[in-house]
Amino acid sequence: MSQAAVAEHALGIEPAESPLTPESWGKLGMWVFLAADAMSFGGLLAGYGMLRYGDPTWPQPSTILGISLTALMTFLLICSSVSMVEALAAIRRGNQDRLQLFLFLTVAGGLTFLSLQAYEWTNLMVHEGQSISTNNFGATFFILTGFHGCHVFGGVVYLSAVLGRSSRGVAGALAAALTAVLGTLCVVLFTSRTVAAAAHPTLAYALIPILLATVAAAVVYGVARALRAPGREVYDAHNNNEVEIAALYWHFVDLIWILVFTFVYLV
Amino acid sequence: MAVHTPEELDKEERRYLVIWFWLAVLTLFELGVANLHYAKAGVVAVLVILALTKAAMVALYYMHLVAEKRTLTWIAVTPLVLCVWLLFMLAPDLGSARREWTHKTPTAGAPAHEAHHD
Repeated sequence: MSQAAVAEHALGIEPAESPLTPESWGKLGMWVFLAADAMSFGGLLAGYGMLRYGDPTWPQPSTILGISLTALMTFLLICSSVSMVEALAAIRRGNQDRLQLFLFLTVAGGLTFLSLQAYEWTNLMVHEGQSISTNNFGATFFILTGFHGCHVFGGVVYLSAVLGRSSRGVAGALAAALTAVLGTLCVVLFTSRTVAAAAHPTLAYALIPILLATVAAAVVYGVARALRAPGREVYDAHNNNEVEIAALYWHFVDLIWILVFTFVYLV
Repeated sequence: MAVHTPEELDKEERRYLVIWFWLAVLTLFELGVANLHYAKAGVVAVLVILALTKAAMVALYYMHLVAEKRTLTWIAVTPLVLCVWLLFMLAPDLGSARREWTHKTPTAGAPAHEAHHD
């Protein structure tokens, strides 16, 4: 490495752009990862489409699945995408408080999405008799939505780590990520048990997971804020590449759900 | 790293809200189209176009692909091309799979879980 490159590296400045790559190698890496991940989802969606077209007895999804609830989940993810871009815009202005607020809202959106999915799955299993082994519909539905749900969970932990890191570096990232994992587990388990125990679940039960998810997100936010060390901010107006890369992942999760919602629930 | 002026950020934030509005409107429109009782193929075509439009809006404006280098656009488009290719490769099997099902299940309206217990 040349002396100039070493000096740039020490200052946290990335090397000048090459004509074939974007300004950040991290961003390029995330895009390559997302492209590979998109092919996984593409394969699953193609398999779903082929099985469905080849089977004239395939049930109409709207007769089994709750379209209103999933439309709400779609709207929720769209809103969380907006809060994510607002978080990025905030740190580009150097506003730490707004960065943390909008990251918190995005994590809360992801957790609420997961708890609504737990509600939907439990309802399908307990009251509709569906499972991954019932038929091709059940197998493809649970694999596709489960694979996406895993991505949302990963996104919640990732964004919680960014939220924690924005407060106090690596220690904050680890504390907030661990809190997010535990919070998600509590929300999903409690939601499933509540719905499974209910004789006649209604949309009112969906309020329980929303409340729980908000509490879990608030705990993550509280941990991140409690760890905050003023004057030691990791991100600022000129150094926010990590936030942008995390945002790419979250928007990808939203983009994939837009396709899953249409192909699995509406078509 | 790109430096953003306050004016650019104001403009971007307004654009984010406009895109959010259109994503919400298109989602509502999708719900309406899904409940139409016209020809299934037409409804499916409209739904697919709407979904791809929404996905493109997220990729272009929220993931900033519209302002990125062309290299990233090629990386993003590659999986789409490969998935369409995969669909075309699987297409020849579709006709035979559907014929096989039709022979297996004389009553096409039977529930799927019953049809599998053969």
